[in-house]
Amino acid sequence: MELRGKAWKFGSDIDTDAIIPARYLNTSDPAELAKHCMEDADPAFPTRVKPGDIIVAGKNFGCGSSREHAPIAIKAAGVSCVIAKTFARIFYRNAFNIGLPIFEAPEAADDIKEGDEVTVDAGTGTITNKTTGRTYQATPVPPFMQQIIAAGGLINYVAERMNQSCTK
Amino acid sequence: MPMTITEKILAAHAGKEQVVPGELINARVDFVLGNDITAPVAIKEFEKIGVADVFDRERVALIPDHFTPNKDIKSAEQARLLRQFSQKHNLVNYFEVGRMGIEHCLLPEQGLVGPGDLVIGADSHTCTYGALGAFSTGVGSTDLAAAMALGETWLKVPESIKFEFAGQLNPWVGGKDLILYTIGDIGVDGALYQAMEFTGPAIESLSMDGRFTMCNMAIEAGGKSGIVAPDEITRAYVEGRCKRPYQFYQSDPDAKYEKVYYYDASRIEPQVAFPHLPENTRPVSEAGNVEIDQVVIGSCTNGRMEDLREAAKLLKGKKVHKNVRLVIFPGTQEIYLQALREGLIEIFVEAGGAVSTPTCGPCLGGHMGILAKGERAVATTNRNFVGRMGDPESEVYLANPAVAAASAIMGRIAGPWEVD
Repeated sequence: MELRGKAWKFGSDIDTDAIIPARYLNTSDPAELAKHCMEDADPAFPTRVKPGDIIVAGKNFGCGSSREHAPIAIKAAGVSCVIAKTFARIFYRNAFNIGLPIFEAPEAADDIKEGDEVTVDAGTGTITNKTTGRTYQATPVPPFMQQIIAAGGLINYVAERMNQSCTK
Repeated sequence: MPMTITEKILAAHAGKEQVVPGELINARVDFVLGNDITAPVAIKEFEKIGVADVFDRERVALIPDHFTPNKDIKSAEQARLLRQFSQKHNLVNYFEVGRMGIEHCLLPEQGLVGPGDLVIGADSHTCTYGALGAFSTGVGSTDLAAAMALGETWLKVPESIKFEFAGQLNPWVGGKDLILYTIGDIGVDGALYQAMEFTGPAIESLSMDGRFTMCNMAIEAGGKSGIVAPDEITRAYVEGRCKRPYQFYQSDPDAKYEKVYYYDASRIEPQVAFPHLPENTRPVSEAGNVEIDQVVIGSCTNGRMEDLREAAKLLKGKKVHKNVRLVIFPGTQEIYLQALREGLIEIFVEAGGAVSTPTCGPCLGGHMGILAKGERAVATTNRNFVGRMGDPESEVYLANPAVAAASAIMGRIAGPWEVD
Protein backbone atom coordinates (compact mmCIF):
# COMPACT_ATOMS: atom_id res chain seq x y z
CA MET A 1 0.00 0.00 0.00
CA GLU A 2 1.33 3.42 -0.93
CA LEU A 3 0.80 6.32 1.45
CA ARG A 4 1.06 9.76 -0.09
CA GLY A 5 0.78 13.29 1.18
CA LYS A 6 2.30 16.62 2.08
CA ALA A 7 4.79 16.74 4.95
CA TRP A 8 4.08 18.60 8.18
CA LYS A 9 7.36 19.12 10.01
CA PHE A 10 7.70 19.06 13.80
CA GLY A 11 10.68 19.12 16.16
CA SER A 12 11.90 16.64 18.77
CA ASP A 13 10.17 15.43 21.96
CA ILE A 14 6.65 16.16 20.67
CA ASP A 15 4.68 14.98 23.70
CA THR A 16 1.19 13.52 23.86
CA ASP A 17 -0.12 16.73 25.49
CA ALA A 18 0.92 18.55 22.30
CA ILE A 19 -0.66 15.84 20.13
CA ILE A 20 -3.94 15.92 22.04
CA PRO A 21 -4.18 18.17 25.13
CA ALA A 22 -5.78 16.59 28.21
CA ARG A 23 -8.45 19.32 28.24
CA TYR A 24 -10.10 17.43 25.36
CA LEU A 25 -9.86 13.97 26.91
CA ASN A 26 -13.32 13.97 28.41
CA THR A 27 -14.28 12.12 25.24
CA SER A 28 -12.74 9.32 23.21
CA ASP A 29 -14.70 10.08 20.03
CA PRO A 30 -12.09 10.05 17.22
CA ALA A 31 -13.79 12.84 15.21
CA GLU A 32 -13.86 15.12 18.29
CA LEU A 33 -10.23 14.37 19.10
CA ALA A 34 -9.19 15.05 15.48
CA LYS A 35 -10.50 18.63 15.78
CA HIS A 36 -7.70 19.37 18.29
CA CYS A 37 -4.92 17.20 16.90
CA MET A 38 -1.45 18.80 17.32
CA GLU A 39 -3.19 22.01 18.37
CA ASP A 40 -0.65 23.05 21.02
CA ALA A 41 2.28 22.41 18.66
CA ASP A 42 0.69 24.15 15.64
CA PRO A 43 -2.76 25.74 16.09
CA ALA A 44 -3.32 25.73 12.29
CA PHE A 45 -2.81 21.98 11.96
CA PRO A 46 -6.31 20.65 12.73
CA THR A 47 -8.01 22.93 10.19
CA ARG A 48 -5.41 22.73 7.43
CA VAL A 49 -4.31 19.11 7.46
CA LYS A 50 -5.47 17.18 4.35
CA PRO A 51 -6.29 13.47 4.08
CA GLY A 52 -3.09 11.56 3.39
CA ASP A 53 -0.74 14.19 4.85
CA ILE A 54 2.31 12.93 6.71
CA ILE A 55 3.76 14.07 10.04
CA VAL A 56 7.58 14.21 10.02
CA ALA A 57 9.26 14.74 13.40
CA GLY A 58 12.54 14.49 15.28
CA LYS A 59 13.44 12.17 18.13
CA ASN A 60 11.16 10.79 20.89
CA PHE A 61 7.84 11.49 19.13
CA GLY A 62 4.85 10.81 21.40
CA CYS A 63 6.66 11.01 24.73
CA GLY A 64 4.67 11.46 27.94
CA SER A 65 1.30 9.98 28.69
CA SER A 66 -0.05 6.56 27.63
CA ARG A 67 -3.19 8.10 26.12
CA GLU A 68 -4.17 6.10 23.05
CA HIS A 69 -6.17 9.18 22.14
CA ALA A 70 -2.91 10.55 20.67
CA PRO A 71 -2.52 8.09 17.76
CA ILE A 72 -6.34 7.96 17.48
CA ALA A 73 -6.46 11.76 16.99
CA ILE A 74 -3.69 11.65 14.37
CA LYS A 75 -5.37 8.83 12.46
CA ALA A 76 -8.80 10.47 12.64
CA ALA A 77 -7.33 13.76 11.38
CA GLY A 78 -6.60 11.91 8.13
CA VAL A 79 -2.83 11.67 8.57
CA SER A 80 -1.62 8.62 6.61
CA CYS A 81 1.52 7.97 8.67
CA VAL A 82 4.14 9.43 10.99
CA ILE A 83 7.86 9.43 10.17
CA ALA A 84 10.25 10.23 13.03
CA LYS A 85 13.84 9.74 14.13
CA THR A 86 12.61 7.74 17.15
CA PHE A 87 9.31 7.12 18.92
CA ALA A 88 8.55 7.00 22.63
CA ARG A 89 7.73 3.39 23.52
CA ILE A 90 4.09 3.59 24.64
CA PHE A 91 3.18 5.67 21.58
CA TYR A 92 5.00 3.11 19.38
CA ARG A 93 2.94 0.23 20.82
CA ASN A 94 -0.29 2.19 20.67
CA ALA A 95 0.18 3.17 17.04
CA PHE A 96 0.56 -0.48 15.98
CA ASN A 97 -2.31 -1.57 18.18
CA ILE A 98 -4.76 0.88 16.60
CA GLY A 99 -3.39 0.66 13.05
CA LEU A 100 -1.64 4.01 12.56
CA PRO A 101 1.41 3.34 10.33
CA ILE A 102 4.63 4.78 11.78
CA PHE A 103 8.17 4.69 10.41
CA GLU A 104 11.45 5.17 12.18
CA ALA A 105 13.75 6.83 9.62
CA PRO A 106 16.32 9.31 11.02
CA GLU A 107 17.67 10.49 7.65
CA ALA A 108 14.23 11.06 6.19
CA ALA A 109 13.19 12.91 9.35
CA ASP A 110 16.18 15.25 8.91
CA ASP A 111 15.91 15.81 5.14
CA ILE A 112 12.21 16.13 4.47
CA LYS A 113 11.01 19.74 4.61
CA GLU A 114 7.63 21.22 5.45
CA GLY A 115 5.37 20.97 2.42
CA ASP A 116 7.41 18.34 0.53
CA GLU A 117 5.40 15.67 -1.29
CA VAL A 118 6.21 12.31 0.28
CA THR A 119 5.25 8.72 -0.52
CA VAL A 120 5.78 5.68 1.66
CA ASP A 121 5.56 2.04 0.62
CA ALA A 122 3.97 0.68 3.79
CA GLY A 123 5.04 -2.88 3.03
CA THR A 124 8.75 -2.26 2.45
CA GLY A 125 9.22 0.92 4.49
CA THR A 126 10.69 2.76 1.51
CA ILE A 127 10.15 6.50 1.83
CA THR A 128 10.39 8.76 -1.24
CA ASN A 129 10.54 12.53 -1.18
CA LYS A 130 8.83 13.36 -4.49
CA THR A 131 9.89 17.00 -4.20
CA THR A 132 13.63 16.21 -4.10
CA GLY A 133 13.62 12.71 -5.56
CA ARG A 134 15.56 11.24 -2.61
CA THR A 135 14.64 7.89 -1.09
CA TYR A 136 15.14 6.48 2.40
CA GLN A 137 14.66 3.14 4.14
CA ALA A 138 12.79 2.95 7.46
CA THR A 139 13.99 0.63 10.25
CA PRO A 140 12.34 -2.79 9.70
CA VAL A 141 9.37 -3.66 11.90
CA PRO A 142 9.88 -6.72 14.17
CA PRO A 143 8.15 -9.84 12.74
CA PHE A 144 5.78 -10.12 15.73
CA MET A 145 4.49 -6.61 15.14
CA GLN A 146 4.02 -7.43 11.48
CA GLN A 147 1.67 -10.22 12.63
CA ILE A 148 -0.34 -7.67 14.59
CA ILE A 149 -0.55 -5.45 11.50
CA ALA A 150 -1.50 -8.42 9.33
CA ALA A 151 -4.30 -9.34 11.73
CA GLY A 152 -5.60 -5.75 11.53
CA GLY A 153 -4.54 -4.59 14.98
CA LEU A 154 -4.04 -6.14 18.42
CA ILE A 155 -7.71 -6.77 19.19
CA ASN A 156 -8.23 -8.87 16.06
CA TYR A 157 -5.00 -10.70 16.82
CA VAL A 158 -6.19 -11.49 20.36
CA ALA A 159 -9.68 -12.46 19.15
CA GLU A 160 -8.11 -14.92 16.68
CA ARG A 161 -6.00 -16.41 19.46
CA MET A 162 -8.97 -16.74 21.83
CA ASN A 163 -10.93 -18.45 19.05
CA GLN A 164 -8.13 -20.92 18.41
CA SER A 165 -7.83 -21.82 22.09
CA CYS A 166 -11.63 -22.32 22.29
CA THR A 167 -11.72 -24.70 19.33
CA LYS A 168 -8.69 -26.74 20.49
CA MET B 1 23.75 -16.74 32.83
CA PRO B 2 23.54 -13.80 35.25
CA MET B 3 20.40 -11.67 35.05
CA THR B 4 19.18 -8.30 36.31
CA ILE B 5 16.18 -8.11 38.66
CA THR B 6 14.06 -7.00 35.70
CA GLU B 7 15.11 -9.99 33.58
CA LYS B 8 14.43 -12.38 36.48
CA ILE B 9 10.89 -11.08 37.01
CA LEU B 10 10.15 -11.22 33.27
CA ALA B 11 11.58 -14.74 32.96
CA ALA B 12 9.48 -15.95 35.90
CA HIS B 13 6.31 -14.55 34.30
CA ALA B 14 7.14 -15.98 30.88
CA GLY B 15 7.73 -19.43 32.38
CA LYS B 16 11.35 -19.42 31.25
CA GLU B 17 14.67 -20.16 32.93
CA GLN B 18 16.11 -16.99 31.51
CA VAL B 19 15.45 -14.12 29.12
CA VAL B 20 17.80 -11.79 27.29
CA PRO B 21 17.33 -8.14 26.28
CA GLY B 22 15.59 -7.78 22.93
CA GLU B 23 13.71 -11.08 23.30
CA LEU B 24 9.94 -10.93 22.77
CA ILE B 25 7.98 -12.76 25.44
CA ASN B 26 4.40 -13.52 26.31
CA ALA B 27 4.20 -12.83 30.02
CA ARG B 28 1.55 -13.56 32.64
CA VAL B 29 0.34 -10.36 34.34
CA ASP B 30 -0.32 -10.26 38.08
CA PHE B 31 -2.41 -7.11 37.98
CA VAL B 32 -3.75 -4.60 35.43
CA LEU B 33 -5.32 -1.18 35.82
CA GLY B 34 -6.99 1.64 33.98
CA ASN B 35 -8.45 5.05 34.80
CA ASP B 36 -11.36 7.24 33.71
CA ILE B 37 -9.47 8.48 30.62
CA THR B 38 -7.92 5.25 29.40
CA ALA B 39 -10.40 2.59 30.56
CA PRO B 40 -13.38 3.78 28.46
CA VAL B 41 -11.35 3.04 25.30
CA ALA B 42 -10.13 -0.25 26.80
CA ILE B 43 -13.68 -1.33 27.67
CA LYS B 44 -14.82 -0.64 24.10
CA GLU B 45 -11.91 -2.69 22.71
CA PHE B 46 -12.43 -5.47 25.30
CA GLU B 47 -16.00 -5.88 24.15
CA LYS B 48 -14.83 -6.40 20.55
CA ILE B 49 -12.75 -9.43 21.58
CA GLY B 50 -15.89 -11.38 22.40
CA VAL B 51 -14.94 -12.98 25.72
CA ALA B 52 -17.52 -13.24 28.48
CA ASP B 53 -15.34 -12.13 31.34
CA VAL B 54 -12.07 -10.60 32.47
CA PHE B 55 -9.25 -13.06 33.22
CA ASP B 56 -9.56 -12.55 36.98
CA ARG B 57 -12.03 -10.22 38.67
CA GLU B 58 -9.60 -9.67 41.58
CA ARG B 59 -6.74 -8.55 39.37
CA VAL B 60 -8.31 -5.80 37.28
CA ALA B 61 -8.52 -2.37 38.93
CA LEU B 62 -10.54 0.51 37.52
CA ILE B 63 -9.84 3.83 39.20
CA PRO B 64 -11.70 6.99 38.26
CA ASP B 65 -9.08 9.53 39.37
CA HIS B 66 -8.28 11.90 36.52
CA PHE B 67 -11.40 14.04 35.99
CA THR B 68 -13.11 13.08 39.25
CA PRO B 69 -15.10 14.12 41.18
CA ASN B 70 -16.62 14.44 37.69
CA LYS B 71 -15.64 17.83 36.32
CA ASP B 72 -18.31 18.01 33.61
CA ILE B 73 -21.03 15.98 31.92
CA LYS B 74 -18.73 14.24 29.44
CA SER B 75 -16.38 13.21 32.26
CA ALA B 76 -19.35 11.88 34.21
CA GLU B 77 -20.30 9.73 31.20
CA GLN B 78 -16.77 8.34 31.01
CA ALA B 79 -16.64 7.58 34.73
CA ARG B 80 -20.02 5.84 34.43
CA LEU B 81 -18.59 3.42 31.85
CA LEU B 82 -16.07 2.25 34.47
CA ARG B 83 -18.75 1.86 37.13
CA GLN B 84 -21.05 -0.12 34.81
CA PHE B 85 -18.26 -2.36 33.57
CA SER B 86 -17.12 -3.02 37.16
CA GLN B 87 -20.65 -3.99 38.17
CA LYS B 88 -21.19 -6.18 35.12
CA HIS B 89 -17.95 -8.08 35.67
CA ASN B 90 -18.15 -8.01 39.46
CA LEU B 91 -14.72 -6.40 39.77
CA VAL B 92 -13.35 -6.39 43.31
CA ASN B 93 -11.09 -3.39 42.75
CA TYR B 94 -13.27 -0.56 41.54
CA PHE B 95 -12.67 2.53 43.66
CA GLU B 96 -15.48 5.06 43.90
CA VAL B 97 -15.00 8.74 44.73
CA GLY B 98 -14.75 9.04 48.51
CA ARG B 99 -13.06 5.65 48.71
CA MET B 100 -10.46 6.13 46.00
CA GLY B 101 -7.09 7.69 45.52
CA ILE B 102 -4.68 8.58 42.77
CA GLU B 103 -4.06 5.15 41.22
CA HIS B 104 -0.31 4.94 41.82
CA CYS B 105 -0.62 6.05 45.45
CA LEU B 106 -3.63 3.80 46.02
CA LEU B 107 -2.62 0.38 44.67
CA PRO B 108 0.61 -0.02 46.70
CA GLU B 109 -1.12 1.40 49.79
CA GLN B 110 -3.93 -1.15 49.46
CA GLY B 111 -1.42 -3.98 49.05
CA LEU B 112 -2.70 -4.81 45.57
CA VAL B 113 0.74 -4.73 43.95
CA GLY B 114 3.86 -6.19 45.52
CA PRO B 115 7.49 -7.23 45.08
CA GLY B 116 8.18 -9.54 42.15
CA ASP B 117 4.87 -8.70 40.44
CA LEU B 118 4.43 -8.00 36.75
CA VAL B 119 1.94 -5.16 36.36
CA ILE B 120 0.72 -3.28 33.31
CA GLY B 121 -1.52 -0.25 33.48
CA ALA B 122 -3.12 2.09 30.99
CA ASP B 123 -1.35 5.04 32.52
CA SER B 124 2.23 6.00 31.81
CA HIS B 125 3.11 6.37 35.50
CA THR B 126 2.39 2.69 36.16
CA CYS B 127 6.19 2.42 36.37
CA THR B 128 5.79 3.67 40.00
CA TYR B 129 5.47 0.12 41.43
CA GLY B 130 9.07 -0.63 40.51
CA ALA B 131 9.78 0.94 43.90
CA LEU B 132 8.49 -2.31 45.43
CA GLY B 133 10.83 -4.44 43.35
CA ALA B 134 8.14 -5.21 40.76
CA PHE B 135 8.25 -4.92 36.97
CA SER B 136 5.53 -2.47 36.03
CA THR B 137 5.02 -0.44 32.91
CA GLY B 138 2.51 1.83 31.21
CA VAL B 139 0.64 0.75 28.10
CA GLY B 140 -2.25 2.05 26.02
CA SER B 141 -5.92 1.18 26.25
CA THR B 142 -5.84 -1.57 23.63
CA ASP B 143 -2.99 -3.36 25.40
CA LEU B 144 -5.02 -3.11 28.62
CA ALA B 145 -8.05 -4.58 26.85
CA ALA B 146 -6.02 -7.53 25.58
CA ALA B 147 -4.51 -8.15 29.03
CA MET B 148 -7.95 -7.96 30.69
CA ALA B 149 -9.05 -10.77 28.39
CA LEU B 150 -5.91 -12.93 28.30
CA GLY B 151 -4.23 -12.32 31.66
CA GLU B 152 -1.03 -11.93 29.73
CA THR B 153 0.75 -9.42 27.55
CA TRP B 154 3.61 -9.38 25.05
CA LEU B 155 6.75 -7.54 26.05
CA LYS B 156 10.18 -6.93 24.63
CA VAL B 157 12.75 -7.62 27.35
CA PRO B 158 14.42 -4.26 27.92
CA GLU B 159 18.10 -3.61 28.38
CA SER B 160 18.84 -2.35 31.87
CA ILE B 161 20.70 0.81 32.86
CA LYS B 162 22.10 1.03 36.38
CA PHE B 163 22.10 4.32 38.29
CA GLU B 164 24.31 4.10 41.34
CA PHE B 165 23.91 6.84 43.92
CA ALA B 166 26.80 7.05 46.39
CA GLY B 167 26.86 9.24 49.49
CA GLN B 168 24.11 10.58 51.72
CA LEU B 169 21.25 12.93 50.88
CA ASN B 170 21.52 16.60 51.83
CA PRO B 171 18.79 18.26 53.92
CA TRP B 172 15.62 18.98 51.86
CA VAL B 173 16.76 16.57 49.16
CA GLY B 174 14.57 13.56 48.35
CA GLY B 175 13.67 11.07 45.66
CA LYS B 176 12.25 13.87 43.50
CA ASP B 177 15.61 15.61 43.35
CA LEU B 178 17.52 12.42 42.55
CA ILE B 179 15.21 11.60 39.66
CA LEU B 180 15.07 15.17 38.32
CA TYR B 181 18.87 15.30 38.49
CA THR B 182 19.05 12.00 36.60
CA ILE B 183 16.63 13.16 33.89
CA GLY B 184 18.56 16.43 33.64
CA ASP B 185 21.70 14.40 33.03
CA ILE B 186 20.45 11.79 30.55
CA GLY B 187 17.57 13.69 28.90
CA VAL B 188 13.91 12.89 28.27
CA ASP B 189 14.84 9.98 26.01
CA GLY B 190 18.00 8.99 27.86
CA ALA B 191 16.51 5.64 28.90
CA LEU B 192 14.23 5.07 25.89
CA TYR B 193 12.77 1.52 25.96
CA GLN B 194 15.09 0.60 28.86
CA ALA B 195 14.73 -0.47 32.49
CA MET B 196 16.20 2.02 34.98
CA GLU B 197 17.61 0.30 38.04
CA PHE B 198 18.36 2.58 40.99
CA THR B 199 21.02 1.38 43.45
CA GLY B 200 23.67 2.57 45.88
CA PRO B 201 23.85 3.73 49.51
CA ALA B 202 21.62 6.80 48.95
CA ILE B 203 18.87 4.58 47.53
CA GLU B 204 19.28 1.96 50.27
CA SER B 205 18.57 4.66 52.87
CA LEU B 206 15.70 6.20 50.87
CA SER B 207 12.16 5.75 52.25
CA MET B 208 9.46 3.90 50.31
CA ASP B 209 7.77 7.22 49.51
CA GLY B 210 11.03 8.52 48.02
CA ARG B 211 11.46 5.35 45.99
CA PHE B 212 7.91 5.62 44.62
CA THR B 213 8.69 9.17 43.49
CA MET B 214 11.86 8.05 41.69
CA CYS B 215 10.34 5.08 39.87
CA ASN B 216 7.24 7.16 39.05
CA MET B 217 9.31 9.45 36.84
CA ALA B 218 11.28 6.76 34.96
CA ILE B 219 8.87 7.38 32.06
CA GLU B 220 10.05 11.03 32.00
CA ALA B 221 13.44 9.71 30.82
CA GLY B 222 11.69 7.50 28.24
CA GLY B 223 12.20 4.43 30.45
CA LYS B 224 10.04 1.33 30.14
CA SER B 225 10.31 0.79 33.88
CA GLY B 226 12.13 1.92 37.00
CA ILE B 227 13.10 -0.47 39.75
CA VAL B 228 14.67 -0.60 43.21
CA ALA B 229 15.73 -3.99 44.58
CA PRO B 230 13.59 -4.87 47.59
CA ASP B 231 15.23 -4.76 51.02
CA GLU B 232 14.23 -4.38 54.69
CA ILE B 233 12.57 -1.01 54.00
CA THR B 234 10.44 -2.73 51.34
CA ARG B 235 9.69 -5.61 53.70
CA ALA B 236 8.52 -3.28 56.44
CA TYR B 237 6.15 -1.64 53.95
CA VAL B 238 4.66 -4.78 52.40
CA GLU B 239 4.41 -7.03 55.46
CA GLY B 240 0.82 -7.32 56.58
CA ARG B 241 -0.22 -5.10 53.65
CA CYS B 242 0.19 -7.18 50.49
CA LYS B 243 -2.92 -9.16 49.67
CA ARG B 244 -1.07 -11.71 47.54
CA PRO B 245 2.18 -13.66 48.11
CA TYR B 246 5.20 -11.69 46.97
CA GLN B 247 8.75 -12.54 46.03
CA PHE B 248 12.00 -10.61 46.42
CA TYR B 249 14.32 -10.67 43.41
CA GLN B 250 17.84 -9.22 43.24
CA SER B 251 20.16 -8.56 40.31
CA ASP B 252 23.08 -10.92 40.05
CA PRO B 253 26.38 -9.18 40.87
CA ASP B 254 27.67 -9.85 37.37
CA ALA B 255 24.42 -9.01 35.54
CA LYS B 256 24.85 -7.13 32.27
CA TYR B 257 23.91 -3.47 31.96
CA GLU B 258 23.70 -1.40 28.82
CA LYS B 259 25.24 1.46 30.83
CA VAL B 260 26.10 2.38 34.40
CA TYR B 261 25.86 5.93 35.72
CA TYR B 262 27.56 6.92 38.99
CA TYR B 263 26.26 9.91 40.94
CA ASP B 264 27.33 11.37 44.29
CA ALA B 265 24.08 12.12 46.13
CA SER B 266 25.88 14.38 48.60
CA ARG B 267 26.58 16.80 45.73
CA ILE B 268 22.94 17.04 44.66
CA GLU B 269 20.80 19.93 45.94
CA PRO B 270 17.04 20.38 45.46
CA GLN B 271 16.32 20.54 41.73
CA VAL B 272 13.85 22.54 39.66
CA ALA B 273 12.84 21.51 36.12
CA PHE B 274 12.14 24.62 34.06
CA PRO B 275 9.56 24.72 31.23
CA HIS B 276 8.88 22.87 29.01
CA LEU B 277 10.67 19.56 29.55
CA PRO B 278 11.54 17.61 32.73
CA GLU B 279 15.17 17.54 31.52
CA ASN B 280 15.56 21.33 31.90
CA THR B 281 16.79 21.01 35.45
CA ARG B 282 18.93 23.27 37.58
CA PRO B 283 19.68 23.50 41.29
CA VAL B 284 17.12 25.67 43.06
CA SER B 285 19.93 28.02 44.13
CA GLU B 286 20.45 28.83 40.45
CA ALA B 287 16.76 29.36 39.65
CA GLY B 288 17.01 33.17 39.75
CA ASN B 289 14.00 35.34 40.51
CA VAL B 290 10.98 33.51 39.11
CA GLU B 291 7.72 34.93 40.45
CA ILE B 292 4.82 32.50 40.57
CA ASP B 293 1.01 32.46 40.64
CA GLN B 294 0.25 28.96 41.85
CA VAL B 295 1.75 26.06 43.77
CA VAL B 296 0.47 22.49 43.46
CA ILE B 297 1.51 19.90 46.04
CA GLY B 298 0.36 16.33 45.41
CA SER B 299 -0.05 13.88 42.47
CA CYS B 300 1.09 10.29 41.93
CA THR B 301 4.63 11.67 42.12
CA ASN B 302 4.53 13.53 45.45
CA GLY B 303 1.14 13.09 47.13
CA ARG B 304 2.21 10.71 49.91
CA MET B 305 2.53 11.17 53.70
CA GLU B 306 6.21 12.05 53.66
CA ASP B 307 5.54 14.71 51.00
CA LEU B 308 2.75 16.32 53.01
CA ARG B 309 4.84 16.25 56.21
CA GLU B 310 7.72 17.94 54.39
CA ALA B 311 5.44 20.71 53.11
CA ALA B 312 3.80 21.14 56.51
CA LYS B 313 7.18 21.60 58.22
CA LEU B 314 7.64 24.79 56.20
CA LEU B 315 4.04 26.00 56.15
CA LYS B 316 3.48 25.64 59.90
CA GLY B 317 2.73 29.08 61.32
CA LYS B 318 3.40 30.75 57.94
CA LYS B 319 1.14 32.36 55.37
CA VAL B 320 0.97 31.70 51.65
CA HIS B 321 2.24 34.75 49.70
CA LYS B 322 -0.57 37.14 48.75
CA ASN B 323 0.00 36.63 45.01
CA VAL B 324 0.01 32.84 45.20
CA ARG B 325 -2.70 30.16 45.21
CA LEU B 326 -1.62 27.00 47.02
CA VAL B 327 -3.54 23.82 46.20
CA ILE B 328 -2.77 20.55 48.01
CA PHE B 329 -3.87 17.07 46.89
CA PRO B 330 -3.38 14.15 49.29
CA GLY B 331 -2.86 11.02 47.18
CA THR B 332 -5.53 8.82 48.78
CA GLN B 333 -8.37 8.96 51.29
CA GLU B 334 -6.13 7.14 53.79
CA ILE B 335 -3.37 9.71 53.35
CA TYR B 336 -5.96 12.49 53.69
CA LEU B 337 -7.21 11.01 56.95
CA GLN B 338 -3.71 10.48 58.32
CA ALA B 339 -2.79 14.09 57.42
CA LEU B 340 -5.93 15.21 59.22
CA ARG B 341 -5.01 13.20 62.33
CA GLU B 342 -1.47 14.58 62.35
CA GLY B 343 -2.77 18.16 62.11
CA LEU B 344 -1.26 18.74 58.68
CA ILE B 345 -4.55 19.72 57.04
CA GLU B 346 -5.02 22.35 59.75
CA ILE B 347 -1.54 23.72 59.05
CA PHE B 348 -2.32 23.96 55.31
CA VAL B 349 -5.67 25.66 55.81
CA GLU B 350 -4.27 28.06 58.45
CA ALA B 351 -1.54 29.00 56.00
CA GLY B 352 -4.13 29.89 53.36
CA GLY B 353 -3.90 26.76 51.23
CA ALA B 354 -6.78 24.93 49.53
CA VAL B 355 -6.92 21.20 50.28
CA SER B 356 -8.65 18.96 47.75
CA THR B 357 -9.99 15.45 47.72
CA PRO B 358 -7.59 13.09 45.87
CA THR B 359 -7.58 13.67 42.09
CA CYS B 360 -5.05 13.94 39.27
CA GLY B 361 -6.79 17.28 38.57
CA PRO B 362 -4.36 20.04 37.68
CA CYS B 363 -1.33 17.79 37.01
CA LEU B 364 -2.63 17.10 33.52
CA GLY B 365 -4.59 20.32 33.11
CA GLY B 366 -7.84 18.56 33.91
CA HIS B 367 -9.49 20.66 36.60
CA MET B 368 -9.01 22.00 40.15
CA GLY B 369 -6.26 24.51 39.43
CA ILE B 370 -5.90 25.35 35.73
CA LEU B 371 -3.48 28.12 34.73
CA ALA B 372 -4.42 31.19 32.70
CA LYS B 373 -2.29 32.53 29.85
CA GLY B 374 1.09 33.71 31.12
CA GLU B 375 0.68 32.21 34.60
CA ARG B 376 3.42 30.23 36.31
CA ALA B 377 3.18 27.34 38.75
CA VAL B 378 5.61 25.43 40.89
CA ALA B 379 4.33 21.85 41.08
CA THR B 380 5.42 18.61 42.70
CA THR B 381 3.95 16.81 39.68
CA ASN B 382 5.82 15.04 36.89
CA ARG B 383 5.46 16.92 33.60
CA ASN B 384 5.98 20.53 32.53
CA PHE B 385 5.13 20.20 28.83
CA VAL B 386 3.56 23.11 26.92
CA GLY B 387 -0.02 23.54 28.15
CA ARG B 388 0.26 20.71 30.66
CA MET B 389 -1.53 22.59 33.45
CA GLY B 390 -3.67 24.91 31.37
CA ASP B 391 -3.14 27.60 28.74
CA PRO B 392 -0.41 26.75 26.19
CA GLU B 393 1.29 29.98 27.27
CA SER B 394 1.39 29.06 30.97
CA GLU B 395 4.47 27.56 32.63
CA VAL B 396 5.11 24.70 35.07
CA TYR B 397 8.25 24.32 37.19
CA LEU B 398 8.73 20.88 38.74
CA ALA B 399 10.16 20.57 42.24
CA ASN B 400 9.99 18.62 45.50
CA PRO B 401 7.34 19.38 48.18
CA ALA B 402 9.72 21.43 50.36
CA VAL B 403 10.71 23.71 47.47
CA ALA B 404 7.04 23.98 46.47
CA ALA B 405 6.01 24.97 50.01
CA ALA B 406 8.87 27.47 50.34
CA SER B 407 7.93 28.96 46.96
CA ALA B 408 4.29 29.30 48.07
CA ILE B 409 5.43 31.33 51.07
CA MET B 410 7.99 33.45 49.20
CA GLY B 411 5.91 34.11 46.06
CA ARG B 412 8.81 33.01 43.86
CA ILE B 413 10.86 29.87 43.35
CA ALA B 414 12.71 29.52 46.64
CA GLY B 415 14.87 27.08 48.56
CA PRO B 416 13.44 25.78 51.86
CA TRP B 417 16.36 27.46 53.71
CA GLU B 418 15.05 30.89 52.59
CA VAL B 419 11.99 30.54 54.83
CA ASP B 420 12.79 31.74 58.35
